[in-house]
Formats: sequence, C-alpha cells, structure tokens
Amino acid sequence: MPATFKTDETFRGAFNYRNSDEAILRFPFPFTEDSYMYSVNIEPHVRGGPTGAFQAVFDVDEHYVSECRERALVLSQDPNRCIVLPHMLAAEWDTLELIMESLAADYPDHFSLTRDGLQWRWINRPLGIDDTFVFGDPSSLPFPPFEYITRQAQGDFTLQDQREDNLFVDGGMVTTQADWSLEFDVGMSFHEWHGPVPVAHDLGVFDRALQFLLRIQHDHPVRRLNWTMTVNPRLDTSPENYPIWGPDRTTITPENVGEKLHLRVELQTLFRLPRSNAILFGVRAYLASLNELVRVPKWGRRLHRVLRDIHPSLAEYKGLPRYHQCAVNFLSEYDDGAVTSMGIAPDTNTLS
Amino acid sequence: MTLGRDIPLRIRAIEALSPSLKRIAFVAADGNPLPGSRPGAHIALTVPGIDGAHRNSYSLVGAHQDRTTYEVIVRRVAQSRGGSAQVHEALRVGDVLSASPPTSQFNLQNKAKKHLLIGGGIGITPFLSFLPVLRERNLAVEMHHFVRPDEVTVFERLLLPHRMPTMRIHAGRAVGIEDILKGQPLGTHLYICGPVGLMQDVEAAAYRLGWPTSNIHQESFGASGGRPFIVELARSGRKLQVGENQSLLEALEAAGLPVRSMCRGGACGECLTQVLAGEPEHRDHFLTAAEKSNGDRIMPCVSRSISPLLTIDI
Repeated sequence: MPATFKTDETFRGAFNYRNSDEAILRFPFPFTEDSYMYSVNIEPHVRGGPTGAFQAVFDVDEHYVSECRERALVLSQDPNRCIVLPHMLAAEWDTLELIMESLAADYPDHFSLTRDGLQWRWINRPLGIDDTFVFGDPSSLPFPPFEYITRQAQGDFTLQDQREDNLFVDGGMVTTQADWSLEFDVGMSFHEWHGPVPVAHDLGVFDRALQFLLRIQHDHPVRRLNWTMTVNPRLDTSPENYPIWGPDRTTITPENVGEKLHLRVELQTLFRLPRSNAILFGVRAYLASLNELVRVPKWGRRLHRVLRDIHPSLAEYKGLPRYHQCAVNFLSEYDDGAVTSMGIAPDTNTLS
Repeated sequence: MTLGRDIPLRIRAIEALSPSLKRIAFVAADGNPLPGSRPGAHIALTVPGIDGAHRNSYSLVGAHQDRTTYEVIVRRVAQSRGGSAQVHEALRVGDVLSASPPTSQFNLQNKAKKHLLIGGGIGITPFLSFLPVLRERNLAVEMHHFVRPDEVTVFERLLLPHRMPTMRIHAGRAVGIEDILKGQPLGTHLYICGPVGLMQDVEAAAYRLGWPTSNIHQESFGASGGRPFIVELARSGRKLQVGENQSLLEALEAAGLPVRSMCRGGACGECLTQVLAGEPEHRDHFLTAAEKSNGDRIMPCVSRSISPLLTIDI
C-alpha cells in the first residue's frame, strides 16, 4: 500500500513522471523468459505474485491521484472515451460493487464502503470523496455508476456482454490505451475487435482464449500481462490523438532513449460479473523508462534479449521500428550475457 | 474450471406451496453478504440423508439486490433420488446447509427483440427470476406454462406478482407448441425449462420451423435416475454399481473419485468423460448430436448407460 501519493504528475505536455525505487521493484515486468511470443498466458488473478503489483484485486500505487486527474482531463476533452450501451446497466452496478468492495478490502486506510441495505456510503480519502447513494438507483450518483467508479480507478476498463457463444465489447472507460479506440470498437465481437493483431489468429490463440473466457466463473478472476513501448510517459496514446503522440516516435536518439523510451505493461484482469453475466476487463497500464528498468540487472539483460530477437510482425504491430535498433543498442550495454532466472521476479531488493 | 468454495446457508423460512412444492428461504450462516446472482442462476445444495449426502441443483427464484437472501422452490418427486424427499421431510428452519455459489448456463439474452418463455411444472423456477428483470427493463415477453390440471391454481398463485397480458397457464398439453412458435417475430429468443419430454417437443418444433440454434436456450433439471448399470473404471479395473436413484457422477463421487463438475445438469461440459466401451444414454445438452452418436463421450452428471456395462477412462 502506498504511504504517499504523488499529486503533481503530468502525462502530457512537459511531462512530470518518475517511479520511486519501490515502484520500480514492484513493476509487473512482463517477460518470463528471454524471448517473447504470443500465448494464452492466462493465470488465476489471486493476491500474491512475483512483484508488488499483484497484491490487490485492483492495484493502487503512488501514481493513483495523478492518474485519476489525467483521466478527468481526457474525459473533459473527449467525453466519448466512456461509452456504455443501454443494455449493460446491470453490469455497471456490478462493476461499481466489485471495485468498491475490492478497494475497501485491500486498502482500508484509503477507502471505505458502508452498506445499510441498498443505502451505501463510499469514502475515497485520496480523492476527497464521501458520497451516500442508493445501490441500483443511477439518479443517486453524480455520474452513471460505471463512469462514477472508473473515474476513481487506475487503468482502463471494458464491459463484455456474453451472448451467441461470443463476447461483445458493449461498454468501456478507455483513456490510457495503447492505440485502440473504444468508440470505434464498441459493439464488436471478440474476433472483430482483435482483428488487427498479427500472427496470433493463425496460432489459434483467439479461438482458445474465447472458449476459456466464456467459461470464467464469478469469484474466479484471471489475469495476463501484455506490453508495448511508449515514447514519453504518456498514458493517452489513443488513435483519436495520434497527431499529438505519433510524431514522438521520431524523437528517440541514442542520447535520450534511456529517459524517453518507456516499457508499457498492461496488467489485464478479467472478472465474471454476478448479476449481469458480463465480463469486466481491466487494463491497468504501468510505465517505466529504460533507465529505470535497467536498475534491475535481470530485467536489463532480459529486455535486451527480447527486443533483439522479437518477431518482425510483432515489432511492427507494437510500433517499434523507428526506434527499435536504438533501444537494442542502448540495452546491449546492460547485457553481460549472464544466465537469467525463469519468471519475472526482480531477484533483488535494492536497485543498482 | 472450479467453482468457488461452498457457502454455509441457514434456513430462514420454509413455506408449503402445495402438497409437493416447498419454498425455502436461506440467509448466509456466516453473516457475510451472499454472492450476487444473475437471473436464471442455480445453486448446488448439499442435503444430508440417511444414505449419504445428495447434491442437487436448484434455481434461485426472485432477485435480491441486497444479497441477503436466496430462495428456492423444491418439488418432491415420486422417484426421488433422496434429495427432494429429504428436503421436504427432514429440513427445518435454522438448519445450516452447504451450497455452491450461484452459477448459470441459462442466461437472458440482452439483445433479444422478444423473450419467449415456455415452461412446464417446476421448470417455472428460473423464469421466476427472469420475469422481474424483463419487466423492469420493459422488454417484450410472452410466456406459456404447462401444468397438471390439478396444479393450475398453485402456479397461478406463484405467477400472480408477475402477471402480464402475454402470460398463459395451460392445463395439460392441449395447446400446440408449433402454434405458439409460428407467430413469433424475427429476433425472438426462446427459453425452455421443464420436463424432458416437453423440452424435447419444443426444441424439435423450433427446429422444424427453422429457428436458429443461437436463439434456443434450455435449462435441464436432469432426468432423475433410471435403470441401474455397472460402470467399469478402465484405469484401475474397478467396477461400481450405479443405482436407479443415483447419477453416474454421484456413484463416482461416492467411490471417492471426484470428477470435476459444475452445473450437474448436463449443460456446462465440465464433467465430460471419455467412454471406452458400452453404449451411453445421453441426457445432456452439451454434446452435439454428432458427438452423441459417436458414443465415445458422456456427461456423467445426467447421462446413463443403455448397455448393462459402461467402461469409462477414469
């Protein structure tokens, strides 16, 4: 649990973002071995795991307050980053209940939920919120229930309706995304919204993943890690704003790559919601610069090997080509060829 | 896939609805909020009996947003495998039973243009949790419920809080299923729950009329019992008797062979088991017609054996 929150971070403009030593050590480094290829890398989402990022149902870290402010800023400029189709109202309440219960249980010093029948009181101390409302009555909240609670959470969320043996992305709050658009995808089926992903279709990954997801049970959430790279600590790399961040890719030089280039990891979680039978998909983004990551020797070595050997189609899809070689050159300085241990744990308690 | 840990439920009230129907209300014995549930969900209740515990699935009736109460309705069946007779005769207010968290394969389809509910007898129970939700969302609904002539008033009373002009209770089977299905608008979803014979008739009629599979949904309570048979466990050579009041799954569990299971009603596919010899009698809704005629797989929660000996890969 973070003792203090950084309240002055910005994820745009002049950028003001860095990870404390604790935040680096708890980073969900995504590579379990020295190479990377798509797989159905899904595991039960239970508390406890190789780093500190896996200790809560919804991880709250030192960037919480600043990230919530960034979300509010994106929404004020583009309200359609939060869309929920009308038939998903039950799923909205399910989401509110799940996030409130989880935050209150995992971080009792920061959040509290008191229930008297359907009369609920929600206190969010870091954001200075103290609201009393009637569960099931949207008029008792200042925002629709899904928007209300996801404005108070880090990471993006989508709601999937289950029907016709398929999943449809029928809602979401998406302000910290890696170049995909909720407004474009809303209403699509599972294979439709994954259409642009290369290679994985041929591996049958999506067919198997869908069959698995259709059978997820309440109280048995699962998680996986996904990753890409982002220039600058920018959370909102959306297609809508491509003209703003796309040109950043041309700004990487051997001098600034360690500071400017960030590994962006998504801790993705999937929850079956009890009343609606919908699936809540959480996409929690973590950013760490190469300079920060190489302070863990194992991660510096491994990131070098993964990027050096990555499949060209994946590099293309993740937008790497412009700075790929520059990043590999930089990281090679931190790879002495030593054997790395399996798994993602940092294997150290202190940073170099 | 496994279900969550069992939850302890205390009986808060028992109400006799008719000589063979009882409504039982449960609260959480540990004082925690109960897991939320969706319309159509059921719990698997463990009912202690003289000849060992029985585990039966019962639909939750009615929606309880505040997560304080579960309600089920149990019919005492003539050839009870023990569960329903035990529920009717032995359970008392204050008793604590163990139950699985709610789960369901019988779900309301959010984008249906119209919801057509066809049920029979005790198959009304999942519909009792559908109806308040359908009404709250102001969706197009038509319901036909088939009951024994002597039970019309019982079911009228049960449906009284949900009355709507498009709801009909039929005494016996005088009304033709095809007549009901024929006039439905495109985009209608059909939900069937009731005795096996009725469900088969409705499903067959829907296919005859060209309904798409994706618009037909059914909930089975599992046919109870049948002719006894012997199951041979190929890996150990062990032979077990499956009694006439016992499912194959229960026989395996009783012998200390916990086959993974979830719905216990032939819908979810969790207990799928390979058949090596013998002829299965398929009663599930999970295997396709082609898979059933292959005869090399069985869902032991509901299906049995036509041949006196069935050899399975356990």
